Amino acid sequence: MAVTTSPERDIVATPMQRATREALYAGAIALGLFVLFIGLRTDQNISNELILVQRWWLLAVVVVLTMAGRFLYVAYGQPFLANQKIVDVATGLLPESMATRFFRLPYFIAAIVIVAVLAFLAGSLDGLLGPGLAGYARFLRALAIIYALASVMFYFRTFIHAHFSALGITALALYPIIVVLVLALYGGSVAAGFQGSLKWVDNYGIQILIYVMLAWGLNIVVGLAGLLDLGYVAFYAVGAYAYALLGTQYGLSFWILLPAAGAMAAFWGVLLGFPVLRLRGDYLAIVTLAFGEIIRLVLINWREVTNGSAGITGIPKVTFFGLMTFNVSDPNYIAKVLDIATSSAYYKIFLYYLILGLCLLTAFVTIRLRRMPVGRAWEALREDEIACRSLGINTTTTKLTAFATGAMFGGFAGSFFAARQGFVSPESFIFLESAIILAIVVLGGMGSLVGIAVAAMVMIGGTEVLRELDFLKQVFGPDFTPELYRMLLFGMAMVIVMLWKPRGFVGSREPTAFLKERRAVSGSFTKEGHG
Amino acid sequence: MSDASPSVNDAILQVEHLSMKFGGLVAIGDLSFQARRGEITALIGPNGAGKTTVFNCITGFYKPSEGMLTLNRRDGSSYLLERLPNHEIPARAKVARTFQNIRLFSGMTLLENLLVAQHNKLMKASGYTILGLFGFSGYRTASAESIDLARHWLEKADLVDRADDPAGDLPYGAQRRLEIARAMCTGPELLCLDEPAAGLNPKESMALNALLMDIKDNTGTSILLIEHDMAVVMQISDHVVVLEYGRKISDGSPHAVRTDPRVIAAYLGVEDEDVETVLIEVGDEDVIEQLDTGPDATHGPGSSSSYFAGPVTDTVGHSEGERVTVSKGASKAGQVDARSGAARPASPAEAKPEKPSAAKSSTAKPAAKAPAKPKTPGDSNRGGGNE
Repeated sequence: MAVTTSPERDIVATPMQRATREALYAGAIALGLFVLFIGLRTDQNISNELILVQRWWLLAVVVVLTMAGRFLYVAYGQPFLANQKIVDVATGLLPESMATRFFRLPYFIAAIVIVAVLAFLAGSLDGLLGPGLAGYARFLRALAIIYALASVMFYFRTFIHAHFSALGITALALYPIIVVLVLALYGGSVAAGFQGSLKWVDNYGIQILIYVMLAWGLNIVVGLAGLLDLGYVAFYAVGAYAYALLGTQYGLSFWILLPAAGAMAAFWGVLLGFPVLRLRGDYLAIVTLAFGEIIRLVLINWREVTNGSAGITGIPKVTFFGLMTFNVSDPNYIAKVLDIATSSAYYKIFLYYLILGLCLLTAFVTIRLRRMPVGRAWEALREDEIACRSLGINTTTTKLTAFATGAMFGGFAGSFFAARQGFVSPESFIFLESAIILAIVVLGGMGSLVGIAVAAMVMIGGTEVLRELDFLKQVFGPDFTPELYRMLLFGMAMVIVMLWKPRGFVGSREPTAFLKERRAVSGSFTKEGHG
Repeated sequence: MSDASPSVNDAILQVEHLSMKFGGLVAIGDLSFQARRGEITALIGPNGAGKTTVFNCITGFYKPSEGMLTLNRRDGSSYLLERLPNHEIPARAKVARTFQNIRLFSGMTLLENLLVAQHNKLMKASGYTILGLFGFSGYRTASAESIDLARHWLEKADLVDRADDPAGDLPYGAQRRLEIARAMCTGPELLCLDEPAAGLNPKESMALNALLMDIKDNTGTSILLIEHDMAVVMQISDHVVVLEYGRKISDGSPHAVRTDPRVIAAYLGVEDEDVETVLIEVGDEDVIEQLDTGPDATHGPGSSSSYFAGPVTDTVGHSEGERVTVSKGASKAGQVDARSGAARPASPAEAKPEKPSAAKSSTAKPAAKAPAKPKTPGDSNRGGGNE
């Protein structure tokens, strides 16, 4: 045995051997990577001296977890995935897919039971289990709810896939009503329902929809026309300041200033468009980035008009089309007119429907424009600018219209943002905002409205959800603040999604016209554009 | 189709004293020729002769250093192409073009490609987007008409079955046909084709000939084409212009050009001492067959004009213009002239434009008409030379 070496043994190691080896490699790499990040930490001691805190136990945990993960993946995960592709000789069928194994009726029933039991015990959990375990129990309940919902969605997946847009719009339209109803039932009174809905409608609903709208606006420039714009937030700022300044100085109504802000942003879009038309790709990106910074710096430094970094406060609220207001002191305050209890939730719910309407307007215009010559010219411009010119398309005006249309929606979103916050300052229009909006467009799949909406929900909703992970405090101790880690998790999620779907959630392109049947164009044929 | 009566508008395109210089490099030097209405004019020459540069000047991708490019439209209006902006040449002067390295909108379907080509017409119909956005009926009818026109050209190009597939998914030959169909959807009066047969197999090449003859006979669109495939050139063209190093060395009917020793010398790249031999062999079947089977390696189509002409770049796809380096005595046609100075006094290498072009076009015209009798693509074999 020691003398004879068979060549097969070197080539075909058993999964276990390979898993052990790769686990050791992974552990070594993790050790090398994290020894300074996790193993050591600088801190201040009580006399304000910088000291080195050693955290070898944490490092060991991380390394062991990495090794275990790699071991499990190579030993069990890879053979499992390989087997998924092998047809059973007896039946001639592929094995059940992972999803059908994961979503099964018994598991679904178990999840429902868990949710029911824990909901029934909701009030007395702390007493029964103690605060620590109760936290885990609540987390378990959340997981069970998510699993049950996912199971239902999986069961109706073909239906959902076929009617995704209609279902999505319906769900968005019903969202505040459902939130208020559920919370009213939970809290036992309508007032509690309205009060509790504030967070869900404002932090989640409105916040996400603003980004959906911004991303759909940027999608026209980046996704359709293929012009990489890193300064999109500038148009958002123009819209916001247009409403803030004209609203506070001249007392004009939101309903006049909304189109005015859009027009002003479009004007700035054209103004930016002219000098950058000759530029392509990286150069265009740099100039648009600079434009975004210029606008922000002007807002900071032009104190006489913009009040500098202090921003503009007291921006008037939106009125209910002039009929009712949302100011408690006004005689036509909504609660007085309708004779209902005073609550700040009405304004938020109204704003939610307002931004939902603006989003739908953006989507409608985008869909409509794509089927018109100008929209086709945008996409043709992304595919091949020289061919466009050879067909008599004026690429200058085509690019300008793309910039102007995208900027206009940015301006709409900006004026809405100002009305919602009641306060604007240059702080809100930093480069990171542009980057997030662009990330949403890329993550969703350039050009796809549905993909972008899902991406906005994942990115903005995801970071908000991470604020809720209080149970992690029980794991990592009371000093642990999950909010601080949300950007890290967010970055990791983006890397994973881009590895898994390099063209974004929806990589294919919907053709704008067809002779016989509408077939989506695979993302491998479409181009990203050269700026 | 236009009648054959000679008039000012008989020439759809007049190129006069065209020069294009890139720095010190003369890509085209004082080129003059005419393309007549309703005819297929072929522009041939060895690689690096400046053919694509001529195309880029005509279609506005380059502004010529000197010269005048006049396009006479059927309605009597004339356009100076060197003064029009790039995108107005297809829109107003009605000149459409295709590219040597195919430039389709690969992520859009075939139908969409042809609809983009009708952009200007549809923009007007949609009231520059505004009326169309609100769903006025004018745009809807125009849109339906544009789809009908697209369907018409898809049928002509034999691509209607794949109308809803992405253009990038088509095989190479079909992409060539689609590019021609897309150019035709702009409703051109002059169609400029840059090596339409490059990379096609014999069957596809025949289908292409049939398509081009069909365009010529049924739409009245005049065609100007660059081609290396002599079978295509000799079968379908009415008039051939030969370039070498940016200068015209021959101009006339396909038959006249084929027997021109200067052309043979330019294509075969003879050594100095072989010039006499070639001159003796002019008219010999062997030489003509060699000419038809393809140029040699030194001057024949190199890698740039191969089937997949390199990656699609951002710049206008021509590798030829910049590569031209005219050294004294490099022109093979010039060598032929020098050697046979006494025997063939006519047409010096640096052709004085007025006289030769006028003389040539007058002599070439009857010759051009004669072989232009419609050829059925079925009986054409690839030899092409033995007519």
